[in-house]
Amino acid sequence: MVTPQVAHFDAPLPLTCGRDLPAYDLVYETYGELNDKRSNAMLVCHALSGHAHAAGYHSADDKKPGWWDECIGPGKPFDTSKFFVVSLNNLGGCHGSTGPSSINPETDKPWGPDFPPLRARDWVNSQVRLADYLGIDCWAAVVGGSLGGMQAMRWALEYPQRIRHCIVIAAALKLSAQNLAFNEVARQAILSDPDFAEGRYQERDIIPAQGLALARMVGHITYLSDDAMASKFGRDLRSGSLEQGGEGGAEFQVQSYLRYQGSQFSGNFDANTYMLMTRALDYFDLAREYDNDPVAAFGHAQCSFLVVSFSTDWRFSPQRSREIVDALIAADRPVTYAEIEADEGHDAFLLPIPRYVSVLNAYMQRVGAHC
Amino acid sequence: MRQDLRHIQRWIAPGSRVLDLGCGNGEFLEFLRDQRQVRGTGLEIDAGNITEAISRGLNIVEQNMDAGLGNFPDQSFDTVVMAHALQAVHYPDRVLDEMLRIGRECIVTFPNFGHWRCRISLGVRGRMPVSRFMPHSWYNTPNIHFCTVNDFETLCRDKSIRILGRDVVGNTERQPLLAGTWPNLFATTAIYHITR
Repeated sequence: MVTPQVAHFDAPLPLTCGRDLPAYDLVYETYGELNDKRSNAMLVCHALSGHAHAAGYHSADDKKPGWWDECIGPGKPFDTSKFFVVSLNNLGGCHGSTGPSSINPETDKPWGPDFPPLRARDWVNSQVRLADYLGIDCWAAVVGGSLGGMQAMRWALEYPQRIRHCIVIAAALKLSAQNLAFNEVARQAILSDPDFAEGRYQERDIIPAQGLALARMVGHITYLSDDAMASKFGRDLRSGSLEQGGEGGAEFQVQSYLRYQGSQFSGNFDANTYMLMTRALDYFDLAREYDNDPVAAFGHAQCSFLVVSFSTDWRFSPQRSREIVDALIAADRPVTYAEIEADEGHDAFLLPIPRYVSVLNAYMQRVGAHC
Repeated sequence: MRQDLRHIQRWIAPGSRVLDLGCGNGEFLEFLRDQRQVRGTGLEIDAGNITEAISRGLNIVEQNMDAGLGNFPDQSFDTVVMAHALQAVHYPDRVLDEMLRIGRECIVTFPNFGHWRCRISLGVRGRMPVSRFMPHSWYNTPNIHFCTVNDFETLCRDKSIRILGRDVVGNTERQPLLAGTWPNLFATTAIYHITR
């Protein structure tokens, strides 16, 4: 059982866009105990639609545990009997941390589309303040999958003294044109919903449910592999029949699955946050400020790296992880790389795939040995 | 530790950078790290070996040598080691070139196909040799490019590769003299320290 906590920050946070965020809240959860030396803390960075609730249950009635419960807990790779694991909802999020759906103190109205645009480095800067607040000088490891992995790499470059291990799972140095294209379709789905009202839906007490659901459906397809969809749904029908002589009206299982995912998401997620997060993902380019040279960029890192990819991930394919690994090798940084055979596509990073779990376990032994 | 590895560790300078191609479970890199303060990286493709090597706290990259080593910069390691893998790669000559590009020095070990037992098996029995060192049948062996001591030295000459040192492992501990004198006939494993 775990209870979310709130850290309030009054010192303005200078943002990449040039504006300052005057004051803000970060919602976070912790699992395990911080040791006396404060050397066993791990930071979990979430992906596009994540939140602070990474592990455990909030109440006995919860049907599902946190989003990365497969990896966080006693005896699991991020072993809470050894490590103090911190998970937060990023700035700009919609699960308790200050974001577009929070009240703008200057107007007393929700920020909505006026919330400042954020970059991954803004998240990292806000996470640094959370580390200070929790009394953690140096993370034993910063870990993340997908967009979370990008934040972990940003930590390694910008705060080299404050991270000993960087665990980058199913991530990339930057998005490809195809990645950008999918994000654009998702945003257009939201923008074209009349209930989006140019982002001011909250003031009018409506939500762009249709647009948000459609955005999620597109995104969700990119999280699954062809094989995973084939084995999960195939061409199975949910209703109707394809027999000749009928009027049609047959519906495939995959259709209803996607619609369910979409509608679930639109009830739980804020459209402005989705716009903000996908843009942060689009704009991420690890090496931009280092002459576009990933080798020079990683030259600033001082930690060890574990990079993991999954064979059927086509959102951030193994090739994208190998680009990270190759840059680390060329920069003479300690790196371990495993390419996990898995059918589940990008989503595999959330699942208890035996080899993936063994690799994380083996690497975490090393992290734990120096705590 | 395997006998060929015991032989080659004396060619590796303390505190140097070592790349181990086909590092297996990382036993050798662990030894070099703990006894020689070596900074090592291992390449491996077997999932079980990779996990074991990671749990030894080593830096292991899952990468198939046959797909190239172009991601390793020129002269980025002091020594590149490839133990008992030369005979299993698709293009041994290209891998050697790459090793010599990446490392200032290289160490290669391979099973000697010119050993008298192999010759008897092939010459007298007319069968491909199967032994303790080469336990596979011809149809399921990962070893696709067998060579002899003489073959390897000819390749080195053709490629202007300098042999800094040669060592051999004989059939038994009692035959070092034979294997040392007539390696092509008596060495079971050949060990070469080479450079450009």
